[in-house]
Amino acid sequence: MKLFGEKAVRRILMVTAFSALSGLLLIALFILNEGLPFIFKYGIKEFLFSSDWYPHLGKFGIYPMIVASLWVTLGAMIVGAPLGVFGAIFLSEYTPRPVMKIIKPTIELLAAIPSVVYGFIGVMVLAPIIRANFGGPGLSLLAASIILGIMILPTVISISIDSILAVPQSYREGSYALGATTWQTTHMVTIKASKSGIIASIILGLGRAIGETMAVIMVAGNSVNIPNTPLDSVRTLTANIALEMSYATGMHRQALFATGVVLLIVIIILNSLASVAIRKRMVKR
Amino acid sequence: MRIHPRYTQRGAVVILGGATLLTLVILIFIIVFILEKGLPVLGWNFLTSNPEDMGRSGGIFPTLIGTIILPLIAIIIATPLGVFTSVYLSEYTKETRATKIIRFGTDCLAGIPSIIFGLFGYIFFVITLGMGWSLLAGGLTLAVMILPTIIRTSEEAIRAVPKSYREVSFSLGASSWQTVKKVILPNALPGIVTGVMLSIGRSIGETAAVIFTAGSSLRIPTSLLDSARTMSVHFYILAREGISAENAYGTAAALIIAVLLVNLSAYWLMNRFISKRS
Repeated sequence: MKLFGEKAVRRILMVTAFSALSGLLLIALFILNEGLPFIFKYGIKEFLFSSDWYPHLGKFGIYPMIVASLWVTLGAMIVGAPLGVFGAIFLSEYTPRPVMKIIKPTIELLAAIPSVVYGFIGVMVLAPIIRANFGGPGLSLLAASIILGIMILPTVISISIDSILAVPQSYREGSYALGATTWQTTHMVTIKASKSGIIASIILGLGRAIGETMAVIMVAGNSVNIPNTPLDSVRTLTANIALEMSYATGMHRQALFATGVVLLIVIIILNSLASVAIRKRMVKR
Repeated sequence: MRIHPRYTQRGAVVILGGATLLTLVILIFIIVFILEKGLPVLGWNFLTSNPEDMGRSGGIFPTLIGTIILPLIAIIIATPLGVFTSVYLSEYTKETRATKIIRFGTDCLAGIPSIIFGLFGYIFFVITLGMGWSLLAGGLTLAVMILPTIIRTSEEAIRAVPKSYREVSFSLGASSWQTVKKVILPNALPGIVTGVMLSIGRSIGETAAVIFTAGSSLRIPTSLLDSARTMSVHFYILAREGISAENAYGTAAALIIAVLLVNLSAYWLMNRFISKRS
């Protein structure tokens, strides 16, 4: 009787574990099912590389949104990656451990602030500054890049710190013994040893930036065009979905799901790259 | 020309320290800015009265209800699923192909942006299962979204339970399930609760996944199949449609305070958990 109970428990647990997995499959299935037929019917090339997005005329080219998403993500990287990696190095190598243990969770709190609040700060504080100093509408590629750059900081800092701290202390001691300064040790030994973890943190930040929706809708301006300068208003893939989903029907709705398919594929590629980078680090250990 | 190591050292400290300082200043600025503008609006009356004129005046009471119920539904569903999954992964199997697939799946799930959850929840719960824009559809969507967090934190908490505890339990003749129930889960509980709290925090702040699944009705919901608006959605609508800056700040302050409270208590719990361990 007891033996049977154990077996039943094992079964039940196994089923729950796979039902967690089935969540992912369901998501993929439903998004693909709604989006893929449209892509094939409309034509992959026309969908991805045409600049005409006129849903009421039945024209669905998402090229401007793809370009905008790439630029915004690149901008976020330029703002967030150095700031985050520098911060992580400072906190793990130049800060007393107890102080770091207070500051790290404080920075992780940045991740808990809802994205709509970041967007709001972008609208109320950042956009007016950009408008006053550089001209243009303020709500722009530049504003979105800066806000997203800030939003990815906790991801980059937190994962980078973990990977820098995972470098064995003996590496550093060896370097000090040769007479190196802290900075020489940091850039010649520690950073080299934790490189793949730092890269993984940046890739995960990239994934967060490209998938962010609400903050971007609020600060990027949302006009469908290929930006010429950072001060132009842009619409990203995510913003395109969220802006039009509430009233889209028929082909238009399918086109938005197809936009979701593109986004999903990009994100899964990025996450696989990050997990490869993380695994490489673990193998090296 | 070679710069003396003493100067590169000083330069590095200044630049790295500056980056850290800037990050902290940004964080503090965001919180102080919102609280400074929002706290004067935020009061008991604001929290407990109904919005009037689409939120131009009045309070945020219905959105407060939505903000409490949606995360509640999400954790009621996701917690048992997530905890059992992590028990299975850490106690019942060795690293096999199956566990690798499950882990890859939850990792993928963790990286999916919330707008995709919104699309999925809309087409699956709202349309296919016919729930309409409702608390239930929104809660289920959030449950799928927070599942990876709960699985990962629970698994860490379970793995942190010392091996000797299990061995003692087994040596007393306990079965695997008895060991899980009587020894492992009680010891891992604070870690599991931390994961749940972090998930609540994320659910409270979520907008994209909620707006397409729970809708944005300003009425007080009377059943799980009623549409409801959360504070984040309300804040988004107030801010984006320029309805009322004053009430937007008030709602944002309420939102930030809620999220900070939930996250700080999660950290407090985690620290207690870690100090008990060592």
